[in-house]
Amino acid sequence: MNNVFVYCEIEEGQVADVSLELLTKGRKLADDLKCELEAIVIGHELKGVEKQVMPFGVDKVWIADDKRLYPYTTLPHTSILVKLFEEEKPQIALMGATSIGRDLGPRVSSALHSGLTADCTSLVIGDHEDKKNKKEYKDLLYQIRPAFGGNIVATIINPDCRPQMATVREGVMKKEIVSDAYKGKVKNIDVEKYVKPEDFVIKVIERHMEKSKVNIKNAGIIVAGGYGVGSKANFDLLTELAEVIGGEVGASRAAVDAGFASHERQIGQTGVTVRPKLYIACGISGQIQHTAGMEESAMVIAINTDKNAPINAFADYVITGDIAEVLPKMIKQYKENTK
Amino acid sequence: MKGLKIVVLAKQVPDTRNVGKDAMKADGTVNRAALPAIFNPEDLNALEQALRLKDKYEGTEVTLLTMGPGRAAEIIREGLYRGADNGILLSDRAFAGSDTLATSYALSCTLKKMGKIDIIIAGRQAIDGDTAQVGPQVAEKLGFPQITYAEDIVSAEKGNVVVKRRLERGVETVEGKMPMVVTVNASAPECRPRNAKFVMKYKHARAVSEMQNATEDYIALHSNRPYLNIGEWSVNDIDTNAEELGLTGSPTKVKSIENVVFQAKEAKVLEPTDADMGELMKELIANHTIG
Repeated sequence: MNNVFVYCEIEEGQVADVSLELLTKGRKLADDLKCELEAIVIGHELKGVEKQVMPFGVDKVWIADDKRLYPYTTLPHTSILVKLFEEEKPQIALMGATSIGRDLGPRVSSALHSGLTADCTSLVIGDHEDKKNKKEYKDLLYQIRPAFGGNIVATIINPDCRPQMATVREGVMKKEIVSDAYKGKVKNIDVEKYVKPEDFVIKVIERHMEKSKVNIKNAGIIVAGGYGVGSKANFDLLTELAEVIGGEVGASRAAVDAGFASHERQIGQTGVTVRPKLYIACGISGQIQHTAGMEESAMVIAINTDKNAPINAFADYVITGDIAEVLPKMIKQYKENTK
Repeated sequence: MKGLKIVVLAKQVPDTRNVGKDAMKADGTVNRAALPAIFNPEDLNALEQALRLKDKYEGTEVTLLTMGPGRAAEIIREGLYRGADNGILLSDRAFAGSDTLATSYALSCTLKKMGKIDIIIAGRQAIDGDTAQVGPQVAEKLGFPQITYAEDIVSAEKGNVVVKRRLERGVETVEGKMPMVVTVNASAPECRPRNAKFVMKYKHARAVSEMQNATEDYIALHSNRPYLNIGEWSVNDIDTNAEELGLTGSPTKVKSIENVVFQAKEAKVLEPTDADMGELMKELIANHTIG
């Protein structure tokens, strides 16, 4: 009772990275609150799935295994969570800010009349004093998120309603195994008791999923391009530099919209958040929507023709010049100095 | 065949995507008042999907529903210019301070009052909050199924809706029964432009709260042409439980807000020369950043 719950997403039998990241955060919150961490996995052919989650410090895994539960559809997953939450009364429930979590979270929160905060960038435990109603709250979940296009950062709380629900994007939290030997309990959910026949009104007719090949999230070096790169040909220079120095290529939303790079390389509020040791920003002006996803980079090199570009405020090195001129020189100089 | 009854949920939002220098205050924070109010971008994608269904199925009626202050009637006019049939502005101080759940409650009460609806279409999310919650929460409150992340409403025939969804790592086609809530991604086709004929027809369309200082002639124009009256509803026009409205009905509370301040830090400025690039590479290799 009153534990921390994490909804785990499944794709082809694998628990999603974002869910493992949330289990890591959930473990920390449960330790702070001196309660247990519980995971929920809903899908089909889930035999042995507990082995994937328990090393992250999970004390109990709830498994709902039924062929109608994969691929994900909204209503049966909602029904299971709503009933389970009514029975188990978690104080906190977390899910990924993915197309599944952002479909499921609001539906569950509406059914339970509990508050949900989307796309949190930080979750911590803290107290709250309601001065108007003279009420003290201990150990609330502070749900911290950017709002207003990233121009403000808001701390949201749910003083009275439970569970306190939050979604978090992939790559925002760190993923860390507690111990490979960590042992928790397994509870199988009797699916028939949790879902209704009318929950299956939506049918998935066709589905084409791709494994994400690009891994900018974990890259130590990122060479990112913005609209200012100017052309797909210039973008190839970024790829070349990235290959030479052992990095990945990222892009701003404007560059993705312009067709220079694919969406999976997008960094920023509507893409992934990265924190590499080196971030080379090429032709990126530095709109907050982009910088929100890279500002924690250990070192930033900004290359831009505009010497007043906002990105320069984040930069350790500013190079004022044209990508087509600067990047070949960097490649050449790197090669010469590593011979 | 009988056409569909479609409601498009839309929101007027500050344009947070283009915070230019004018919108920055001296302390580095955003001056919200300086941001223009626009039709939420993904709600325009939603409107386009509705208008395509209207093109395809004769007799279909598209109604825009928005909640906001009096000036939010601007986006209803914008929708009329592009082909919507009518609109309702839900406006009342009782809704002030609503979080997504209280907003969804007010909208769902309004939708219940609007009679039989086949499809409710909304943008996936609004750019001022980026929560993507109102669509699914409205669906839950009405007991309708939902299809989120839609890129194309392929068909809506014989009580069935077929929708192509765009997800992070692929596409999915799903089928469900009406009534239904669909939320639409920015990857869906852009909204058609204004139609000159509709602009002529609706340029004087006004909601009640916009008519307060109107001249007698203007009032007469509106009584002669009923289509110029944008429906405006207050909390008294819908059946609600006051405890679920506004700040009281919002489980989430804002504890604090911190403005993001843009601070300049000391940067080393380099010229795009071989000499400077050589020095840079030597430094990065020496401190093990690369190589």
